[in-house]
Formats: sequence, structure tokens, C-alpha cells
Amino acid sequence: MSDLRERINETIQTEPVVAFIKGTPERAACGNSDRALQALRSVGAGFTAVDILPDPRIRQELSALSSWPTIPQVFVNGELIGGADIVQELAETGQLEATLDERLGDAWRRPGVERTVSVTDGPGLRLVGDS
Amino acid sequence: MVGRMSERLEELLRTAFPDAGEITVVDRTGGGDHFHVTVADKEFDGLSLVDAHRKVYNALAAPLQDGAIHELRITTRGEG
Repeated sequence: MSDLRERINETIQTEPVVAFIKGTPERAACGNSDRALQALRSVGAGFTAVDILPDPRIRQELSALSSWPTIPQVFVNGELIGGADIVQELAETGQLEATLDERLGDAWRRPGVERTVSVTDGPGLRLVGDS
Repeated sequence: MVGRMSERLEELLRTAFPDAGEITVVDRTGGGDHFHVTVADKEFDGLSLVDAHRKVYNALAAPLQDGAIHELRITTRGEG
């Protein structure tokens, strides 16, 4: 496994809720990334974001790991729960909270807690933003 | 020219889901590269949304890879 893929995988496995997006939570560079984040916000979930734009290899390695071709991708407790359409649909039908409850207990209820990490600056994760 | 892309996607979906109860392809912007596809098929019964969407992505792998699709929204439904 490449170092980058290793770091992406580590992020997926260790962050309770992580969204790989274009841009940052403060300024999403794509409407779909923004839709996924809004869905998470709508249920009061805290999340970690990874911007895939700084290096095209991030998207390549991520999609190789997840077998999912598009961005955004939202993972809960190490498992892909979907892209923008699915996460939005889950939020609208009440299933997003149920999914988060089931996998994380109460730990995900952290409204407004949005942090950004980088997967390209090693070793390990570098915190680039916190709120 | 623009309509041909919708037709191409619909054809790929009909080939992949021959028994689908519904297949629709909407060109969201009229520009021939932002699409919303809806597929209802009993094949999705009992599948997670992730697995159902994966099947749609697989059906449309070629236009996704060659860049013909700039943005794809997907809605899937089972028929159970």
C-alpha cells in the first residue's frame, strides 16, 4: 500500500465521521460536497473533512480504496455510507441519525465541531483547521 | 448532440437493468453533461443504497471514465 493510501485508510479507520470533499467545510468548492456536509450538519453531526483538491492522487487512491468513483465520500466508523445523494436521502428520511446511532452511539452528536485534516503532509495526520 | 448523451446513458441503463420498473435520465442543465438518473428495480430490494448506487456506477462506468459525465446524481429504488 502506498504511503498516501495508507494515510487515507488510517483517516477512514480512525475518524468517527469523515467526509472527503472538494474544498473545505468553510468553503466547499463543489455543490455536491456542500450537500453532503449540509446533510451531516442537519442532524447535528460533528465531522472531519479531507480536501481532495491539493493533490490529484488523493482522489485516485481514495477511489481505489473505496471502489466509489465520485466525490464526496462520507465514511462512518470506517465504512462508506455514501456520496451526496445517499447522505442527503438518509438525512431526509431520518435514517442518517439511525445509522450514526447504530455505529457510534452518542459520540457523533457534536453540532458545529468541524475539523479539517490533510492526508498529504506526513508522517501522520496534520490538523489544518478546527472550529 | 446534447440529447444523444441522455440516450446513451438510458441505453446503458436498460442493458444493465433489463427488468427495471423505471429508468429515467434527466439532463439537469440542458448541457448534456449533468445528469440525474433514476432506476427502480427489484434487484435493489434488500441492498444498501451504497451497493445499489455501485450497480448504477458500474453500468455507467464508460461515460464516467471518459469524462462525458461531469456530474451524476443517482436515485435508486427497490420494488419490494
